Amino acid sequence: MIVTMPHSVSSQDSSANRKDDELLPDAPPETASENQEAGAPAGVKLEDLFNDDDDDDEFPASSAPDTKHVESSAPEPAEPAAAPGPQVDTDTMLAFYQRLFPFRYLFQWLNHGIVPSPDFGNREFALTLQNDAYLRYQSYATADLFRKDILKMNPSRFEIGPVYNTNPRDRKTLRGGQMKPISKELVFDIDLTDYDDIRSCCTKANICGKCWTFVTMAMKVVDTALREDFGFEHILWVYSGRRGAHAWVCDPRARGLPDDRRRAIAGYLDVVRGGNSSGKRVNIKRPLHPHMSRSLDILKPYFAQTTLVDQDTFVSPEQSQRLLSLLPDKGLNESLRKRWESSPDRASTNKWADIDALAKTGKSSTLNPTTLRDAKQDIVLEYTYPRLDSEVSKKMIHLLKSPFVIHPGTGRVCVPIDARKAEQFDPLSVPTVTELLAEIDAWDAEHPGTNAPETADGEGSVPDSDARGGRRLQDYEKTSLKPYIDYFRSFIAGLLKEERTGKRERTDDATEMKTESMEF
Amino acid sequence: MIRQDFRRIDPKRRATLDHKKKQFAAPVFKQQDYPHRLNFYEIPPTEEITLEQFEQWAIDRLKVLAEIEACSYRNKSPAETDAHITPHLQKYLPLSSNTSSSNGAADQRLKNERQKDHYSHFILRLAFSATEELRRRFVRAETMLFRFRFQRDDTRERRAFIDSLNLDWEPVEDDEKQRLSEQLLGATPGLRRLDDETWYKVDWEKVPELVERRAVFLSKGKAYVPGREQLSMIVAEFTARLERALELTSRALPRLDEDDRLTPILNHLSKNFGSAESVYTENEGFVDGAPITANNIDRLSQHFPLCMRSLHMNLRKNNHLKHYGRLQYTLFLKGIGLSLEECIVFWRQGFKGFTDDEFNSRYKYNIRHAYGDVGGDQNRRGRGYPPYSCQKILNDSNPGVGQTHGCPYRHFSIDNLIGLLQSTGVNDRDVLRGVREDVDKMRFHIACNRVFEWTHKADIKRVKEDGTWNQTDLDTIVHPNTYFKRSYLLKQMGKAPKNT
Repeated sequence: MIVTMPHSVSSQDSSANRKDDELLPDAPPETASENQEAGAPAGVKLEDLFNDDDDDDEFPASSAPDTKHVESSAPEPAEPAAAPGPQVDTDTMLAFYQRLFPFRYLFQWLNHGIVPSPDFGNREFALTLQNDAYLRYQSYATADLFRKDILKMNPSRFEIGPVYNTNPRDRKTLRGGQMKPISKELVFDIDLTDYDDIRSCCTKANICGKCWTFVTMAMKVVDTALREDFGFEHILWVYSGRRGAHAWVCDPRARGLPDDRRRAIAGYLDVVRGGNSSGKRVNIKRPLHPHMSRSLDILKPYFAQTTLVDQDTFVSPEQSQRLLSLLPDKGLNESLRKRWESSPDRASTNKWADIDALAKTGKSSTLNPTTLRDAKQDIVLEYTYPRLDSEVSKKMIHLLKSPFVIHPGTGRVCVPIDARKAEQFDPLSVPTVTELLAEIDAWDAEHPGTNAPETADGEGSVPDSDARGGRRLQDYEKTSLKPYIDYFRSFIAGLLKEERTGKRERTDDATEMKTESMEF
Repeated sequence: MIRQDFRRIDPKRRATLDHKKKQFAAPVFKQQDYPHRLNFYEIPPTEEITLEQFEQWAIDRLKVLAEIEACSYRNKSPAETDAHITPHLQKYLPLSSNTSSSNGAADQRLKNERQKDHYSHFILRLAFSATEELRRRFVRAETMLFRFRFQRDDTRERRAFIDSLNLDWEPVEDDEKQRLSEQLLGATPGLRRLDDETWYKVDWEKVPELVERRAVFLSKGKAYVPGREQLSMIVAEFTARLERALELTSRALPRLDEDDRLTPILNHLSKNFGSAESVYTENEGFVDGAPITANNIDRLSQHFPLCMRSLHMNLRKNNHLKHYGRLQYTLFLKGIGLSLEECIVFWRQGFKGFTDDEFNSRYKYNIRHAYGDVGGDQNRRGRGYPPYSCQKILNDSNPGVGQTHGCPYRHFSIDNLIGLLQSTGVNDRDVLRGVREDVDKMRFHIACNRVFEWTHKADIKRVKEDGTWNQTDLDTIVHPNTYFKRSYLLKQMGKAPKNT
C-alpha cells in the first residue's frame, strides 16, 4: 500500500510537525557512551534476574541481563507464512531506524507532552546490540539524543523500563538503593506458547490465523475489564512481532501504581491457574463475579467457533479424556465415554452437544444440573480465558519491548493494534522491515522529482517544503506502516489531551489529599 | 546586594512570627487519653518512662510478635493461631475493652494497658526500622496482631474506633444499589438478599487484597466494598500507614544521636527477634562425608522430599525444567552440598538436546547467580539465595501452565498427587488416606511428614529404641533440606545427626 500523492496529506499534520520541531530545544552535544556497560547491574534482585521464564522464546519480551543469545544457533522455526528470511542484517536495521522508526512519537508518548520532561529523561531504556550484549540503564534527555544514540548503537531491539526518581545513568553516583522506580505503564503480556496445550494447529513459535484468535479474545476480555472495571482509558495494544501481544496502560493513575496494586490487578485477571499436574485449572466461585460473567459472555461465541470448530480441540482421545475429567458426574462420564469410544473421530462440536443430550436423558441419577452447568462454564473458561504472563504485570521495573521495533526472528514490526478492531488484525500481514524499505524505493521510483537525497535523513528531520509549496512526505508515509503510525499518533493525542487537563486536576487532588491526611 | 526583607516586622503592628523561626518554641505534645482499645499508632508517645519499663515493655511485645510469626511459619490455621496466641497476649500484652471495666475508658488499669501497648509499639519501631528485611517482618507481625485484636473487638467499640479514623468511604445510595443489584450480589458470595448488606464506594487501590481475590464489584475504578469486608480495608490502611511510618523512622534513625542508654537495648531487641524464618542455617543440610556429586543425584533422589523428587522426575522425563522449577531445585541442591561446578555439570547433563552454547547463554548464568557467583554485591556476599523452606514453597509459588515447581501436596490435584506418591513407592492405603485427609484440611506439612514417617518407619523405630536419636531430632520437618538430611542419615544408620 503506497500513499500516492503528497497533497493527500493534510496540511494540519505538517504544521503540527513543524510546531513540535520548533519546541524541541537544540540537541546538546552528544554525550559519549563511556558510562554504558554490558552485563548484569549491581543490586538487581535474583528474582528479577531470573525472570526469563519464557525460556522457550529465543527473544524473550522480558529482560534477563546477560542473555547472550546466539541468534544463528537458536533453532529458528520456519514461519508458516512466507516471511522473507528471518535474519535482519545490520544495514537493514540501520535503514529502518534512519528512515522509518517514529522516534518523535515514541518520545511524545513516553514524555506525556512536547517539552522534554523527567518522564522521558529519567526513563530507562535497555538495548540489545547486534552482538547480543545487553545495555541496561540507558536514558536520553530528548527525542533527538534518543534517535542519535539508537542510530549509533543500531540495536537489534530495545526495551522500555520505568521512570526513576533520578537519571538512571547517574545510578553509580548514588548510594545503594537510592534509585527507585517511580512510574511505569501497567503492562500485560499474552503469548501463544502458553496456549500450547489447547491449540492443535501450531506449537512453539509458530502461529496461524486460527490460533491468533486466542490472542484476539484475550485482548477483548482484558481490554474490557481494564476499561469498565478499573476505569482505564488509554490502553495501547502492540503486536509483539511473532506470536503474542502486549498491552500498555498509559493512564496517569495506572503509571503510578505500586507493585502490590499491580499484583492485585494481575490476580484479578488471572483465572487459569495451576500447572500440568493441577487437574482442573479453573475453579471459580459461584455466583459468578461480574467480571467472570461478562468475560463468559464475550468468550462463549469464541469457544463455539475457535475451540470446537477451528481447533477441533476434543477430537483427539487425550483431549476428550481431559474433557471427561473436567466433568463432575461419574455416571454421565461413563455413558459419554462409551459413545465417544464407539465413534473415535467424532467432532468436538458433537461431543460438546453430547454432554447436554446425554444429561437430558436422565440416565445418571446423581447428576446435578447446576453442577454440570458450572463445570461447563469452567471448561469454556479453561479453553478460552486469557492466559497472561502475570509476572510481567506485577513489577514496575519489568522491561518490555518497545513498540515499533523489529522482531529479530520474523523481521516484522511490532505495530500497535487497535483494540476496537482487534478481529481485523492479521499478524501475518504485518509488514516486515524489508518489505517496508522496498515500498519506499518503489514510491521514490514512481515519484522521481521529490526524491531528494536528504530525505534519507528521515523522520527526525524537519520536513521542508518543496517547490510546489506542499510538504515533503516522511518516509513512513510512503509505506504500509502509515496506518499504524497514524493510529499511534491518535492514541498519543488522546493521552496528551488528558495530561493537559489532568495535570491541573491532579495537583488539586494532591493538595486535597494532604489536608485530609493532616486530620489523622 | 541588599535584598529587601518583606517579612520585616512592622513596629506598629503585632508581630506575627513564623513559628519555624521561633528559636525555642516549647514543644506542644498531644497527650494521649486512649479512648479506644485499638490504636492506629499515629501519634508517638511523649510521656517519660523508666529505662526498665522501656526494655521490659518492648520485650513483652516482642514475645507476642515472635509467637505470631512462628504460627504463620508453621502454617497454622486462623483458629489454631487464635488458641495459641490468646494466652500469650493475656500474659504479656493484655488489652481490655471499655466494657470490661465499670468506669469505661477512664479506668486506670485500662489506661495502663493501653499505654504499654502504645509505647512498646513505638519502641519496637525504633528497633526494627533499620533494614528492609526487619521492617517487612515487623509490619507483617504487627498487622497480624492488629487484625487479631480487631476481630475480637466488641462491635460497638469497633464502630466507634472506625469512626474515629475518618476514612474516606462513600456509602452506596439505595437507588444505585438497586440498579447494580445483580453485580453486587454476584461479587459477594454467600449473600442472598440485597437488603442485608451495605456497600461503600472507595478507590480500588485502597482494597488491593479484595481486588486480587475478585471479592468486590469494580466499576470505573471504584470498588464497591460490602460492609463485612471492612476488616480488610482497615487492615490494609493500617499496613500502609505503618509501612510509611517505618520508612520515615529509618531515615530519622541516623540522627537519633543517642548516648549508650537506648542504642544497646534497641540493637539487642532487633537481634532477638527470633529469626523463625531462617529455620535453615547454612550447612544445616550438609551431610558430612556424603558423596554429593552430579552423578550421584539420581541415586540420592530417593531421599528427596516429594517436591524435589517431582522436579527431578520431570527433569529426567522432559530433559528440561522451567525457570522457577530450576530455581527451586538448584537452591535445594546447593543446600545438600552440591558444589557450583557439580551443579552446572548436573544441569548440563540434564538438559539434553541443547547445545553447549544454548545452555551457557540461557541457563548457566542463573545457576551461578543462585550460588552467588555472579550478580550484585549483595547477592555475592550472601552467596546467593538460601534454599527455599516449605513455608516459602507453599506460599510464594503458584505454578502456572507447564510449570512444575511448588509443593505437590498443595499445588497438585489430589488424584495427581496420589498418582505421584504411588509412583515413588508409597502405596500403603492408610498412609494415602491420611494424606488425602491432611490435604483436605490444608495440613500440607503433616502430609509430607506422614509420608516421611511411613517410608522410614523401621529406621525411626530403631533409632528411637536404641536412643541414638531423641524426640527433637525427629521434630516435624519444615524444610526440604532437613527432609533430605534426616532421610539420608536414617538410611546410613548409626550416625547421629550432628546439628539438627
